[in-house]
Amino acid sequence: MSEANTSEIRIAGFGGQGVILAGMILGKGATIFENRHATLVQSFGPEARGGSCSAQVVLSDQPIAYPYVARPRILVAMSQEAFERFAPDLAPNGLLVYEQDLVKVHDLRPDLRSFGIPATRIAEELRRRMVLNIVMVGFVAAVTGLVGVEAARKAVVDSVPKGTEHLNVTAFDKGCEYGRRLIAGGPAGEGKA
Amino acid sequence: MQADRIGVLTGVHFIDGDFAAAEGAIAAGCRFAAGYPITPSTEVVERLASRFPFVGGLFIQMEDEIASSIAIQGAVWAGAKAITVSSGPGISLMAEHIGYAAMTETPCVFVNVQRGGPSTGLPTLPGQADVMQARWGSHGDYAIIALCPNSPQEAFDLAVTAFNFAERYRSPVMLLLDECIGHMLEKVVIPPADEIEVVPRRLTEKKPGDYLPYLPGDNMVPEMVKAGMGHRFHITGLTHDERGYPVMTAAAQEKLVRRLVDKIRLASRDLALYEARWLDDAEVVVLSYGITSRVVHRAVEVARERGAKVGQLRLKTIWPFPEHLIDQLLGGRVRSIVVPELNLGQLVLEVERTTRGRAKVVPIGHAGGTVHEVGVIVEAILEAAK
Amino acid sequence: MSTPVATHERPDAPVRAEAPGCEPPENPVTKFLRTDRLPHIWCAGCGIGTSVNCFARAVDACKIPLDNISVVSGIGCTGRVAGYLRLDSFHTTHGRAIPFATGLKLANPELKVVVYSGDGDLTAIGGNHLIHAGRRNVDLTVICVNNFTYGMTGGQVAPTTPLQAVATTTPYGNLEEPFNLCHLADSAGAVYVARWTTYHVRQLQKSITKALQKHGFSFVEVLSPCPTLYGRRNRVGDGLAMERMFKERCVIKNGAATHDTAFDALASGQIPIGDFVDRDRPAFLQRYNQVMRAQLGDDFVPYGEPEIDTRAEADQFAGPEG
Repeated sequence: MSEANTSEIRIAGFGGQGVILAGMILGKGATIFENRHATLVQSFGPEARGGSCSAQVVLSDQPIAYPYVARPRILVAMSQEAFERFAPDLAPNGLLVYEQDLVKVHDLRPDLRSFGIPATRIAEELRRRMVLNIVMVGFVAAVTGLVGVEAARKAVVDSVPKGTEHLNVTAFDKGCEYGRRLIAGGPAGEGKA
Repeated sequence: MQADRIGVLTGVHFIDGDFAAAEGAIAAGCRFAAGYPITPSTEVVERLASRFPFVGGLFIQMEDEIASSIAIQGAVWAGAKAITVSSGPGISLMAEHIGYAAMTETPCVFVNVQRGGPSTGLPTLPGQADVMQARWGSHGDYAIIALCPNSPQEAFDLAVTAFNFAERYRSPVMLLLDECIGHMLEKVVIPPADEIEVVPRRLTEKKPGDYLPYLPGDNMVPEMVKAGMGHRFHITGLTHDERGYPVMTAAAQEKLVRRLVDKIRLASRDLALYEARWLDDAEVVVLSYGITSRVVHRAVEVARERGAKVGQLRLKTIWPFPEHLIDQLLGGRVRSIVVPELNLGQLVLEVERTTRGRAKVVPIGHAGGTVHEVGVIVEAILEAAK
Repeated sequence: MSTPVATHERPDAPVRAEAPGCEPPENPVTKFLRTDRLPHIWCAGCGIGTSVNCFARAVDACKIPLDNISVVSGIGCTGRVAGYLRLDSFHTTHGRAIPFATGLKLANPELKVVVYSGDGDLTAIGGNHLIHAGRRNVDLTVICVNNFTYGMTGGQVAPTTPLQAVATTTPYGNLEEPFNLCHLADSAGAVYVARWTTYHVRQLQKSITKALQKHGFSFVEVLSPCPTLYGRRNRVGDGLAMERMFKERCVIKNGAATHDTAFDALASGQIPIGDFVDRDRPAFLQRYNQVMRAQLGDDFVPYGEPEIDTRAEADQFAGPEG
């Protein structure tokens, strides 16, 4: 497999951060709003309720037979443990996206690129720490191009509780904006491209 | 997305297999569910509990799986299409009532989202070790239909099919998911209601006095009835005659039990749902079902790239075991059948039985908890192709 | 309203329509029976048939259309009641009559659903279902024939067997305290709880009538002789002796607090009987409909709507729209 149009992603953090929802939004964006294909395999059980938590996401233009991710092209790390555990598995020339206040990046393989964002701080500025995963999704959409920003934004609206759409879209846009500026070589972040 | 009048959630969704199975049940006209929480199946009833009040359905969380598995049968005899959902330990508790459904010819659907066993095993991790339990889990001789989806889309599709088979054969039907399929999210396209074939309950049109609840009709299947129609019928788990009255003789036993088994066994060709790839030039065939088939898909691709003449046969219907498909495979090029499954050798026993020495059968057991490594299956294919 | 009943009627008496001599008037109970299944399996002196007689007359008194009643039994001697009643009847698995009946009732609320089973079936293997059906207040009438033992399997100890009573599995005497079933049903939440015996046929019949008319979970305990496997083994005597025992020891205590209604069937002393509990609280479906309507408003579609039957009876394979 591993066609050029297939992306394998691991999103990891700890329970309660909305790791699975973040993966779900990417999958929804791809399937429902871009008419592509996606699979999401989640770690489940006690893990999803406090401890470490991760989702394996595959996005593709074609139906996906094999939904598991051994060597992801992209790792979204939302906790130190997630970084320690999964960064070594990144595929050659892979991409690390991380929450920079929660993850201290060290000993990164030279072939990898990385982008950090203070997603928790941005969420706190919106007075809802819980939207950090949505900030992260906006950021991921902007820096990876995995899913179109429009599709991802629609998926956010489609996935969050009624009445919280505005808050979440704002969070998404903040993350997205941060990512765009980072890529453009703007002030924010410590991207090592 | 708004459900239409009768609850079919037409549209494109990104949902897991558990939710998809619940939507399939609703689309098939199921309006009664009883269940008891157990990982990894709970999402099915959670979905039903939230959706049913919008579509005229009712979910009740019973005190245990035993109660759930018989409450649905009460509901069926009141006229509803009904479902219960569980996983390994809960299915073990339901075992007696799977037999009761078979004996009383109560059309209903049991969902088992398989986890690692035995006993409490691996609640949050996959297994496929309830395959023989699905076939033989209750005591006595009976036959059953069991379907095995390998994607959330198919969890939807086969949930509809499960209800249709249940009605057509007046039989319990097992929908065997596994934790992977149950918890994996993927695109699920739910068609418009009028594009979904739904088999309605075949209630008798006979007058009270003329109707016999166990008089075999087409394909050995008796017509259905429900309480309150005036037939004053009797249903029992005891061996019974065509009136439904208990008859404690060997002759009655022979007549009834043979029909119960034959009505499913002899319908095997009609019930057999499967998918085949690359069988034309295959010397090795990998037979699989459920989540394992998706690992096999990758493995077969890799093995073919390496020159192996290998094909894939994926069973959606595992019970009754489609013997004719094995027969069709053999007699030509096929020398080996490789059977990976997340158990230490269950369905492979059927493959060995039906192959009767005409090909080499290679089991690839795995105790569960995760899926096979692709490489393990590739190696087995290459070895078999030598 | 009630028809006079001879107090010493034996269970099999009313169904012997072909008895020699002059043609007897049609027995009011005959229409309830599957006469083609007779003779029944119950022993001479057993009280189950007497209870069936009372039940039939109670149904008559309630004027419930017979096509609308379903009887659900579990396994055991009393479990065979369903098979002898010419009603929609379900002989289910051991202990599971109540959950079966729960599904039956909820899926067609128009039905009057009666669970008719024995003490072992309903309170040992089925005990969990009994208390939860009471808690939910499912609209069911449970008639529990308590003969202090497992008759069908040959007289083993039951949750109702008196202390020290001899059973095949307690050859040296029962060492476990029995349940007070009325207290159990009351505590679980039943809206109607009564205890009578097969000697008190008139009161039993009235009590079953009340239970059938009650909306919610009603529970009627019927103390009944099992001369073959309990009476003789415990020197209580035959069926007649046990009926006499009921006559002599029973004291009617209508409205008594159920925690005061325990008794020791084997010792001397009073056996409290009567209508103990009669109260009202919303039944399961009533509350379900209320809550859903409050929560979901006009989006709520009560069970069974849109009309399931018309769709189910469509004679062609059709989409659910058909």
